[in-house]
Amino acid sequence: MYKIIEKRTLAPGVHFMRVDAPLVARSAMPGQFIILRVLEEGERIPLTIADYDRTEGWVTIIFQEVGHTTGLLAELGIGDHILDFAGPLGRASELDRYSRVLCIGGGVGTAPLYPQIKHMHEAGTEVDVILGARSRDYILLADEIRRCCSRLYIATDDGSLGHKGFVTDLLKELVSGGERYDHVIAIGPLVMMKAVSALTREFMIPTTVSMNPIMVDGTGMCGGCRVTVGGKTRYACVDGPDFDGHLVDFDEAMRRQQMYRQEEKESHICRLPGMGGQVR
Amino acid sequence: MSVTYAKTPMRVQDPAVRRNNFDEVALGYTLDEAMAEAGRCLQCKKPMCVAGCPVNVQIPAFIKALTKGEFESAYNIINETNNLPSICGRVCPQEEQCEKQCILSKKGEGIAIGRLERFVGDGFLDNEEPANRALPSNGQKVAVVGSGPAGLTAAADLAKFGYEVTVFEAFHEPGGVLIYGIPEFRLPKALVKKEISKLKALGVRFLTNVIIGKTLTVDDLLEDGYSAVFIGSGAGLPRFLDIPGENLNGVYSANEYLTRINLMKAYDFPHSHTPVKHGRKVAVIGGGNVAMDAARCALRLGAEEVHIIYRRSMEEMPARAEEVKHAREEGIIFDILTNPIEILGQDGWVKGLRCVKMELGEPDESGRRKPVEIKGSEFDTDFDMVIIAIGTSPNPLITASTPDLKTTRFGGIMVDEATGATSKEGVYAGGDAVTGAATVIQAMGAGKRAALAIHRKLSEKACINFAVNLNAAK
Ligand SMILES: Cc1cc2nc3c(=O)[nH]c(=O)nc-3n(C[C@H](O)[C@H](O)[C@H](O)COP(=O)(O)OP(=O)(O)OC[C@H]3O[C@@H](n4cnc5c(N)ncnc54)[C@H](O)[C@@H]3O)c2cc1C
Ligand SMILES: Cc1cc2nc3c(=O)[nH]c(=O)nc-3n(C[C@H](O)[C@H](O)[C@H](O)COP(=O)(O)OP(=O)(O)OC[C@H]3O[C@@H](n4cnc5c(N)ncnc54)[C@H](O)[C@@H]3O)c2cc1C
Ligand code: SF4
Ligand code: SF4
Ligand code: FES
Repeated sequence: MYKIIEKRTLAPGVHFMRVDAPLVARSAMPGQFIILRVLEEGERIPLTIADYDRTEGWVTIIFQEVGHTTGLLAELGIGDHILDFAGPLGRASELDRYSRVLCIGGGVGTAPLYPQIKHMHEAGTEVDVILGARSRDYILLADEIRRCCSRLYIATDDGSLGHKGFVTDLLKELVSGGERYDHVIAIGPLVMMKAVSALTREFMIPTTVSMNPIMVDGTGMCGGCRVTVGGKTRYACVDGPDFDGHLVDFDEAMRRQQMYRQEEKESHICRLPGMGGQVR
Repeated sequence: MSVTYAKTPMRVQDPAVRRNNFDEVALGYTLDEAMAEAGRCLQCKKPMCVAGCPVNVQIPAFIKALTKGEFESAYNIINETNNLPSICGRVCPQEEQCEKQCILSKKGEGIAIGRLERFVGDGFLDNEEPANRALPSNGQKVAVVGSGPAGLTAAADLAKFGYEVTVFEAFHEPGGVLIYGIPEFRLPKALVKKEISKLKALGVRFLTNVIIGKTLTVDDLLEDGYSAVFIGSGAGLPRFLDIPGENLNGVYSANEYLTRINLMKAYDFPHSHTPVKHGRKVAVIGGGNVAMDAARCALRLGAEEVHIIYRRSMEEMPARAEEVKHAREEGIIFDILTNPIEILGQDGWVKGLRCVKMELGEPDESGRRKPVEIKGSEFDTDFDMVIIAIGTSPNPLITASTPDLKTTRFGGIMVDEATGATSKEGVYAGGDAVTGAATVIQAMGAGKRAALAIHRKLSEKACINFAVNLNAAK
C-alpha cells in the first residue's frame, strides 16, 4: 500500500499527488513511469513520474481524469492508500547531449515534460518551452516551468491565454524567425506529437516524442504496448516511452489507442448511478 | 493378483457445459477411485516411473502408503521432493514423464500417477505447513526474484533451512505463470493462493510490485545484505511471427490475452475493470499448452468458432495430451499443417488470416519432421481475432542490468546445471529464465537444486567464519 501524502487539483479534472514510494524514488529518473492499481478489481494504468525525492522517498504524479481508473484515483485524498504502485519503468530520457532545446507540452503531457525541463536546466542546457491546451485553465505548471526555462510561450485553442491556436503555430513562428534548436522534445496528445514531428522533419530538427499506448505489465511481457518505429515493432514500456518522432507510425498508434473504446464506454455506462451497475 | 491395464477414469465436467464456464474441467478422484487406481501399482523393485519424474518423486512408496490409508505419510513422501503436488498432479505432462516410464504402459495404461498425486495433495491443502518444520532463523537473508514455481520452491526450501527469505515479484500478485498464464479451469487460483499462504506461514516474505532490474538491481540486493540471490524470473517475453498485419487491432500475444483474463479477471468485465476483446471467430497460432489455454479461454468468452493453427501434425503437437483431448471435446477446430503468412485487416481491425498448407519433410535437428510449404497453396479465412502463441523467451530486464551475469545465445541465464550457480558470485538461477519455456516441474527441480547449493555454500562460509573467529579467540 502506498500512502498519498499530498494532493492538489491543478486544473478542472487534473490532479497532482505526492505518493510515499521509497523504492520507486530510490531509482527514478526523468522520463520514467509507474503502473498503479487503485483497488482489487482495478485496471493497471501507467502514469509518468513527474518528480521524485530519493531521500524523502516520494514520487509525484499528475493525471487527468479521462475514464474509470483515473476517476477512481481522483476520489482518493491525503492519507488514503494506492493499492499497487510499481516502478520506475521504461528508459530514462536522454537529456544530457543537447545545448539548446525546445520543449513542447500539450495538455497533461506537460506533467512528464516538467522533470525533463528541470533536469536539463539544472545541467546547464538552454531550454525554451511552448505549452498548449484547450483554454487557460488547462495550462499546467506554468509557474514552475517559468522558473527553469529561458523563454515560455503559451498557446490556447480559445485564445484565453497567449496565442490563439496550436503549439505548432508557435513552433513554426520561432523556427522560421531564425531561432536555432538542436533538439525538440514533444509530449502531449498523439495528434499534437504527430503535427510537431511533421513540422520538425521539414525543418530537419531531431525530435523526441513520448508514446502512451495501452499497457498491462510495463515490463515487456505482454506486447500490448507495441508501436511501429522506423518500420520495426518496439515495446513502448521497455524500449521507450521516448522514440524518434520522425520514425513513429502515429496513425497506427492512434488506432491502437482506440482498441477498447467500446468497452471504455460500456464500463462508464454500467457505473452510472441508476443504471444497475455496481461501483467497485 | 490380476493386473488391470486400464486407468481408473477421472470424472470431468460435460464438454457442452464447461465450454461456457471457467470452473475446473477435471474433477479429481474420490477416495474409492484413488484406492482402485493405487491398487493397480505393482510396487516394482526397480521402479521405472521414478526415473521418468524430473524430481524423482518416490512414486511406489507414496502409492503404498496411500493403499494402506496412510495419507499423511503419502503426502510427506511426495513432499520430500515435490512441495506442490496439487499443482503438479494437474499440470505435469505425465504422459511424457513418470507415466510414460511406468511398466504398465508397456502393455496398457500406466498408473495415473498425476491424478493420485493430486488426490493426496488436495487432502492437505488446508494444512498450513507446521511451523516447527522450519529450523529457527539463522539470521542470514536470501533474496528470491520471481514467484513462479522455481522461485516458490527455492523459497520454501531455503526457509526450511532457516534462512530469512524475501521474494521479489514484479506483478501485484505472486504465482508466476500459475497465476497469470494457466487458466482457472485447469488450475484453480484458490489452490495456488493456499500454497503461497503456506509459504507465508513458513516465514517467507513477499514483496510485490518490485521489478528487479528497474526498482532494484541484483547488485542492490547484494549490497542490501542478502547473502545470496536466486533468480527465477521465467521466460515472459512473447515472440511474434514477424508477418504483415501483426499490429492490427484484435491481434494479441497469448501472454497479453491470458494475463488480461487470468490475472486481471477480464472475463468478469465490467465488474473487474480490465477489458479484453471477445472474438467471434478466433485463430490461435501455435500448438503448445499456451495455445490450448488461449483457445479454450476464447471459447469460454463466447466465441462461435475457435481454430488452432499449427504448422506440423497432431503427433508433433507439444501440448499435454489431456489438454488437446479436452480442447477437441469442447469443439476447438484443429487446422494442422497450416502456416499463417499474413494477417488481413480492414479499417485497422483483424478481418482474416492468409495461410499456406504445409507438408512434413526430413527430420530436423530436434528429430521432428520439418514442415515445408506447399507451393501455391495460399488460402484466406475470415477471423476477427488472432492470438499468437508461438513461444516466449527470457526477459532481458535482469541480465541487461547485471553486466557480469553471463547469458546463453537465446538470452537464458548461464548456470552450472547441478547447482544453478551463475557466473556471478552469490547469484543463482533456475527455471524458464535459464532453460527458456519448459515445465512447472522442471522449474521446481531447478529451484530445489539451487536452494540446496545456496545452503551448502552459505553454511560452508559460516563454518569458515566460525573457525576463523575461534582461532582469533585463542
Ligand atoms: C508511459 C505512459 C505515461 C503516461 N503518463 C500519464 C501522465 O503522466 N498523466 C496522465 O494523465 N496520463 C498519462 N498516461 C495516460 C494514462 O495512462 C491513461 O490516461 C489512463 O490509463 C486512462 O485510464 P482510465 O481507466 O481512466 O481511462 P479509460 O476510460 O480506460 O481510457 C481512456 C483513455 O486512456 C487510454 N488507456 C486506457 N487504459 C490504458 C492503459 N492501461 N494504459 C495506457 N493507456 C490506457 C485509452 O486508450 C483511452 O484513450 C500515460 C500513459 C503511458 C503509456
Ligand atoms: C499459458 C501457459 C500454460 C502452461 N501450461 C503448462 C502445463 O500444463 N504444464 C507444465 O508443466 N508447464 C506449463 N507451462 C509452462 C510453465 O508454466 C513454466 O515452465 C513455469 O511456470 C516456469 O516457472 P518459473 O518459476 O521459471 O517462471 P514463471 O512461472 O514464469 O515465474 C516467473 C515470475 O517472475 C516474475 N518476474 C519476471 N521478471 C521479474 C523481475 N525482473 N523482477 C521481479 N519479478 C520478475 C514474473 O512476474 C513471474 O511471476 C505453461 C506456461 C504457460 C504460459
Ligand atoms: S511431479 Fe510430475 S512427473 Fe513427477 S511424479 Fe508427479 S506428476 Fe509425475
Ligand atoms: S512403474 Fe508403474 S507399476 Fe511400477 S512402481 Fe512405478 S507406478 Fe507402480
Ligand atoms: S506493457 Fe506489456 S509489453 Fe509493454
